[in-house]
Amino acid sequence: MSTPNHPQIDHLDLLESHAIFIIREVVAECERPVLLFSGGKDSAVLLHLAVKAFAPQKLPFPVMHVDTGHNFPEVLAYRDERVATLGLRLEVASVQEAIDQGRVPDPGPLGMRNQLQTRALLDGIEKHKFDAAFGGARRDEDKARAKERVLSFRGAFGGWDPKSQRPELWQLYQGKVNSGENLRAFPLSDWTELDVWNYIRRENVPLPSIYFAHERPVLKRDNMWLAVGEFIHPQHGEVVERHLVRFRTVGDASCTGAVRSGADTLDAIIAEISVTNVSERGATRADDRFSETAMEDRKREGYF
Amino acid sequence: MTEPISDLLRFATVGSVDDGKSTLIGRLLVDTRQLFDDQLEAVATASAKRGVGDLDLSFVTDGLRAERDQGITIDVAYRYAATPTRKFVIADCPGHVQYTRNMATGASTADVALVVLDATKGLKEQTRRHLCIAALLGVRNVIVAANKMDVAKWDEAVYLAVVEQVNEVSARLGFTSSVVIPVSALAGDNVVDPGFMANWYQGPTVLQALEAAPAGSWASSSSGARLPIQWVLRQHGGGRTYAGMVNGGEFTVGQEVTLMPQGVKTVLKAINGPRGGLEVALPGLSVDFDLTDETDAGRSDMLATAPLPTSTNEFEATICWFSDKPLVDGARLRLKHTTRSTPVRVTGIAGTLDVGTLEVGPASEIVLNDIGLVHLATAEPIVVDDYRDNRVTGSFILIDEVTNATVAAGMIGHANFL
Repeated sequence: MSTPNHPQIDHLDLLESHAIFIIREVVAECERPVLLFSGGKDSAVLLHLAVKAFAPQKLPFPVMHVDTGHNFPEVLAYRDERVATLGLRLEVASVQEAIDQGRVPDPGPLGMRNQLQTRALLDGIEKHKFDAAFGGARRDEDKARAKERVLSFRGAFGGWDPKSQRPELWQLYQGKVNSGENLRAFPLSDWTELDVWNYIRRENVPLPSIYFAHERPVLKRDNMWLAVGEFIHPQHGEVVERHLVRFRTVGDASCTGAVRSGADTLDAIIAEISVTNVSERGATRADDRFSETAMEDRKREGYF
Repeated sequence: MTEPISDLLRFATVGSVDDGKSTLIGRLLVDTRQLFDDQLEAVATASAKRGVGDLDLSFVTDGLRAERDQGITIDVAYRYAATPTRKFVIADCPGHVQYTRNMATGASTADVALVVLDATKGLKEQTRRHLCIAALLGVRNVIVAANKMDVAKWDEAVYLAVVEQVNEVSARLGFTSSVVIPVSALAGDNVVDPGFMANWYQGPTVLQALEAAPAGSWASSSSGARLPIQWVLRQHGGGRTYAGMVNGGEFTVGQEVTLMPQGVKTVLKAINGPRGGLEVALPGLSVDFDLTDETDAGRSDMLATAPLPTSTNEFEATICWFSDKPLVDGARLRLKHTTRSTPVRVTGIAGTLDVGTLEVGPASEIVLNDIGLVHLATAEPIVVDDYRDNRVTGSFILIDEVTNATVAAGMIGHANFL
């Protein structure tokens, strides 16, 4: 099916079009959508697709950053640059604010805050009366996500009930919710990590610099390389080393690990993950190591 | 007729609970080395914790706590795999009758059904139900894994009995191809690697059959091209374009198109795709169209080429019912078809399918997991094709007006075997 006037379409074209279709469908069916933007690569791709879906009009909904307060400075700078360049409306759901107002317990200055993100997210959704929140989650990330619908219905408490998901047949995405309920919409559900990187390369999607190899002080904790900085300090006998590293995911700076890598271009990154033996979250996320069903448990409480 | 890309096969597992679907998928993924080291390690740890041996392969896709504790699949797991020749999207579906709605979810976008059955038990009623649903959903090719052949001592007679049962059902349901493979998912015989236990079997392994199966049949169609309009985009300078995802066939710039249900003819002036202007818009692409004439087109309308779809308020349909509350004549619901939602009323129940005999018998109501034939009347006209001609414009869902739950999957018209 490739002729001069009849360009071939490939796997990435179909993933891209399907994601755009889902985004348009949710915006048409819901009253107050929002896009959850962490500054990570998946939300960068999601934002890129959302902008395409409504071009040349401006994005008809805001983006929300669920801010744990433990940020990589490079990621915050990237977020603000994207917001300014694309003329976005940014809302910030702040974990620090939730701690300061006593809505969640303070885990201490060095405590992990991923668990607390859920409360900040739900408060943000409630405050702005959002009825649909786009997220960049993919089914290949985790075994619980592999089970979740593209449109994931959440009840009044924001929790996921994996035993009673709405049937989701064909291309019929059903986004109707009652007042006080909301949906999470995952247009990248069928994308793999490699698809995301190939798409970033094809489309030149801008990314925070920490995705590319750079030298920085790191220390080894629980078999992960953590970036030494404002939120990670050496404890009992931990040694600070300088290594060439990059990040495979971007999350809370206190629990997101780096991988040793010299991959400083998209081509090099794609070559590297094409042959890796370790999954993205397995390599880099301490929060998924608590228990066998860490992701499912968080989702039941209202997590992304 | 359009032929979509062929390097991607979407398949769904089909069959009764405990016949080994998840174990087979686990075996397929492990033996084709699709799992990362940490994922394999996590499966081993979870197996040890529950005392189910070194590596319970079903845990590869049964990722929910309840699934692992109960040893059943509750909802579809989607996995992505690639071999040197092909990419796969795998929907590992639950077998339990209570979760038939989830099986239908997984099978609704499948090119091929991978049927897994316990060879020592033959074709159970639940397997027949799943085969009926897969056939209704438009699956034409089935690959049957006659599993647990190790338990059957690799007895060829057991295998041949399965082949005979499959052939009979397959002929009735109109499957165009059905290969039966003797398998032990547990031991890995004939899944990825050939088994040495059955020297009487010369056919393909499960992986070979999957690599040879016709891909892309889901999106193939014999209708004209269709663009259900999702959204109207305001262009700089005051113009409007109409956005949606193409299905059914291709659109070409300069072509005459009909706006439905208005029945207004116009010409396609320009096509914008995700990467810029296009001469041709292929099925599966999200595009927006600039039209030559001013129209009042908006969301829920459809642009189409010949043969044109039908605009109708009253139609016959086949439904799979997913609610505990039976559907009765006169019931009022909401219907979502392409990009249109409209109130709908049941004006008649023509019957329900007996999955044992494959006969349609009279019924006064349609209960949970039943397949029924109904007559429906919608408040607004919908623009439809028969489901056999186009899976996008031929499908709809029914929604409870109070809870917003999706209570039925519906297909315009009925299959030949009904």
